[in-house]
Amino acid sequence: MSSRPGIISDRSRHTLAAVTGLAFAIVYVPLVVVVINSFNSSRTFGWPPRGFTTTWWSNAWHSSGARAALMTSVKAGLGATAIALLLGTMAAFAVSRYRFFGRNTVSLLVLLPIALPGIVTGIALNNAFRELGLPFGLLTIVIGHATFCIVLVYNNALARLRRLGGSFEEASMDLGAGIWQTFRLITFPLMRSALFAGALLAFALSFDEIIVTTFTASPGVQTLPLWIFANLFRPNQAPVVNVVAAALIVLSVIPVWLAQRVAGDSVTARR
Amino acid sequence: MTVATAGRPRVPGFARGRAVSAFLHRHVWLRLGALLLLPMLWLVVAYLGSLAAMLIAAFWTTDSFTGAVVHHTTLDNFRQLVTQSVYRTIAIRSLGVAAAVTVVDALIALPVAFYMAKVASARTQRLLVVAILTPLWASYLVKAYAWRVMLGEDGLINWLLRPFGLHGPGYGLVAVTMTLAYLWFPFMLLPVFAGLERLPDSLLEASADQGAKAWRTFRSVVLPLLFPALVAGSLFTFSLSLGDYISVNVVGGTTQLAANVIYDNITTGGNLPFAAAAAFFPIFAMLAYLLVARRTGALENV
Repeated sequence: MSSRPGIISDRSRHTLAAVTGLAFAIVYVPLVVVVINSFNSSRTFGWPPRGFTTTWWSNAWHSSGARAALMTSVKAGLGATAIALLLGTMAAFAVSRYRFFGRNTVSLLVLLPIALPGIVTGIALNNAFRELGLPFGLLTIVIGHATFCIVLVYNNALARLRRLGGSFEEASMDLGAGIWQTFRLITFPLMRSALFAGALLAFALSFDEIIVTTFTASPGVQTLPLWIFANLFRPNQAPVVNVVAAALIVLSVIPVWLAQRVAGDSVTARR
Repeated sequence: MTVATAGRPRVPGFARGRAVSAFLHRHVWLRLGALLLLPMLWLVVAYLGSLAAMLIAAFWTTDSFTGAVVHHTTLDNFRQLVTQSVYRTIAIRSLGVAAAVTVVDALIALPVAFYMAKVASARTQRLLVVAILTPLWASYLVKAYAWRVMLGEDGLINWLLRPFGLHGPGYGLVAVTMTLAYLWFPFMLLPVFAGLERLPDSLLEASADQGAKAWRTFRSVVLPLLFPALVAGSLFTFSLSLGDYISVNVVGGTTQLAANVIYDNITTGGNLPFAAAAAFFPIFAMLAYLLVARRTGALENV
């Protein structure tokens, strides 16, 4: 695996390495700039930075709006992830372990909320909540997020179930275990890391989502992305917005680290 | 239940669990139904139901004085969308941006994925996979914001270009395409990388042995086998670009895309029926794309 001489010429090798290096540099430069700017003493963030300050960080720490929005985002993410775990796993079991009419349609149906532009899902749900008289708030945000998070759990669970095949379960049943016992002792432990990876992706997507959220939130209940967007064009708030952005960039390392530790390759196999 | 419990010891609790288990074991359809009931209620009844209700709402109008929705079927919204040239321009512009983003991402993803899958050492490969996944977890809005900072008048890009007497694109259509391509790049890279990983090295060797040069091997061996992965990736880049109004607001200046029309009609216009009618465009553009993609067998890769 380490070096494969012969197939690819040295020149192509170097060109490919250079293109890859450049692409990865472009991926990281904007993020690094935001983090550096959060210490930039200039309010307008001209480049290069004029001086160093930690004022913006302490301002952001005391911003009540940002804190409230963060709490809403965490609650919405947890709620949506719980629902997605349940529904995604059930659908994955049905599709992987049974043959039935419309089986291919299930995959398409699960994919639809994420394949259709977010704005479509957003206004469809907005319209439905209005017609049903459901008040906008945390509950409607969770419903919206869960809808497009199902596919992430579903894909991870389905891939794992297909790889496992049904023989472990058959063996367990042959030895006299019932459906519940087999699930508890055999299937669930084998699927745990895939489910964890799916849940992690679902939470991250929910935490990050803004388009569907715009149409399912109320003015009083804002998630963190909504808060950032609302304050993005206010010159007064620019330094605080920049700090929140920088903090989110730095914090995004945590789930990757978690995924690598617990789930191994399941997350890297995400598509 | 009585059928299933017959002949079993009647220990309450435990026996009941066993009985349900045995009953379900014998009735495949019931098991399947129990598994499918909740997901289908959610996705078919709640989600597809909402979509259908929205599509119906597109045929309604709003009262121009009160702003209330008038439940009277008419094609007025669609007539307006089709006949007014501004909407046609926006639709074509949106498709153009989505296509450009997809092409740019594919062109960058191919060499990068090839390097990751076929050239890099196992260690480097792992590192690069982590490196591409990490920014995926950073907020989408934050990344769009980062490009706003980069592309600003005093931003890094202008600072880099100034010594050469050049000036960056500023906020506008080019900035939107760049930002969207940046945002959705991992969604193209990962399926292409996975597709290349599955491609056995022996195929490349065989092609080289038959005398094919690098470009010929790429065109005749790699590309056809990678096609489903590219379609899978393009599904994300195309759809995500088509539904985006955030990046347009953040780095687009005054540029309008299809999603802006929908967004503005709900937030500032308060005209849900018109927004719903406008939403027909991305829905059908995407459904057409999905159906074509399904024919290529690419959905299995998503």
